[in-house]
Amino acid sequence: MEYSEKVMEHFAKPHNVGKLEDADGIGEVGNAKCGDIMKMYIKVNDGIITDVKFNTYGCASAIATSSMATDMIKGKPVSEALKLTNKAVVEALDGLPAVKIHCSVLAEEAIKAAVKDYYDKNGIAYDPALFKEDCCHYDHHHAE
Amino acid sequence: MMQVYADNAATTKLSETALKAMMPYLTDTYGNASSLYRIGQEAHHGVQAARAAVASALGADTNEIYFTSGGSEADNWAIKGVAELMAKKGKKHIITSAFEHHAVLHTVKKLEEQGFRITYLPVYENGIVKAEDVKNAICDDTALVTIMYANNEIGTIQPVSEIGAVCREKGVLFHTDAVQAVGHVAINVKAQNIDLMSMSAHKFHGPKGIGALYCKKGIRLPNLIEGGAQERGRRAGTEAVYAMAGMAAALTEATDALTQNTAKLTALRNRLIDGLLQIESSRLNGDRNSRLPGNVNISFEGVEGESLLLYLDMKGVSASSGSACTSGSLDPSHVLLAIGLPHEVAHGSLRLSLCESNTREEIDYIISCVPEIIERLRSMSPLWEKIQKERGNL
Repeated sequence: MEYSEKVMEHFAKPHNVGKLEDADGIGEVGNAKCGDIMKMYIKVNDGIITDVKFNTYGCASAIATSSMATDMIKGKPVSEALKLTNKAVVEALDGLPAVKIHCSVLAEEAIKAAVKDYYDKNGIAYDPALFKEDCCHYDHHHAE
Repeated sequence: MMQVYADNAATTKLSETALKAMMPYLTDTYGNASSLYRIGQEAHHGVQAARAAVASALGADTNEIYFTSGGSEADNWAIKGVAELMAKKGKKHIITSAFEHHAVLHTVKKLEEQGFRITYLPVYENGIVKAEDVKNAICDDTALVTIMYANNEIGTIQPVSEIGAVCREKGVLFHTDAVQAVGHVAINVKAQNIDLMSMSAHKFHGPKGIGALYCKKGIRLPNLIEGGAQERGRRAGTEAVYAMAGMAAALTEATDALTQNTAKLTALRNRLIDGLLQIESSRLNGDRNSRLPGNVNISFEGVEGESLLLYLDMKGVSASSGSACTSGSLDPSHVLLAIGLPHEVAHGSLRLSLCESNTREEIDYIISCVPEIIERLRSMSPLWEKIQKERGNL
């Protein structure tokens, strides 16, 4: 197993680490038992994600994907952030080892969870199909 | 930047003495040890001298040592061999422990599929098997007891002499995977009633690709490889004399220096343990005293081990972890789970394994590097935030 230089770059000096005290939406995914939790905070103005921060407990690829994914949605319309796929994050990082792909899935889900929280808090109507709970996307999330 | 190698349980640096012992067989003495002419016979003498040296270091007879490619092969051979031997007598029960190396666990799993019954003994919170549990688990059809000498992750040393005595009394064969112990603790196979024992040279500054199985005289272990008279006909193949010579030299060197190495290492280990336990919400995994002199295994709550060891690598420190992410599987180390650690604590483990060439300066360097890395990881960890909230610290 080997990480790309890009992954190591984002792991060594992750971007957007921290919390937003006045966040408009917060999303948390993953669990401690599996060894990774991602929590993302977004600030939204006129439908644009003006700021984003993350806190992540997990391996190097979990931290690197959080860093990259937050970079990719910063300054973007919410609607566009929702379209961010784990595949796009993996590509932006010049690939991830096969056993680490689930980290990128977590990053995608964390963003979606933050947006959903923003929609819910602000009474914005949305299509629930956008946020299907896909609990089995990686099979090591043991039932607890 | 200081470079500190602290992963000696994974592998060790080849000793200069071992390299020196190997060189003649890689250069001038290239003969086949089975050949009758001079350079063949010189190679043959090399094989015999190496076998005698390994035997002598362990209290075994020379012809009880069989060279193998390493520890995993020796484990496989011993367990499958005894199973085959005993199945003929209708004995199809094997006793082992929950935290053996996978070379043992996967082998007994295979035998389970073939109809063997396996008992996995508990290792308790301190990571030590009880000889009494072994005694109670032995049945009329027990073919083998296989318990490791010292654990590869948490370094706990098992009561091998007591287990050996129990097995001898009950007339059951006893195998021990001593890959982490040979060269690091005093072993005498006769005095300790060990019937079979696996070892690997690269764990004690010998070369990789060579190990041995000690098999007590009288145990008619089935052949591993057919096709030649090497290793008393049980494991055919032209001998890698250079590797055997390297293993023998390294083991002799380690055994000769055992007392002083143990004293030095124990002091370094305790300094490292005490230094790291200063960090909040940390715990030592495995018994503190019945422990390999170079093994440190500590869990830090709220952090994940792979991130920790990669940040340590950036500081020049080589270590390992039992987190899922480093095990290449999705669960954390089976060893840490076996001693009762919750998954999330097992994910945050760090193993530092020292050798006698580590210095006090290196230990202090590690002690100075770890806290800031833990601090950094915890400052971005939602798990740590949760733990702090639960404890009323936030």
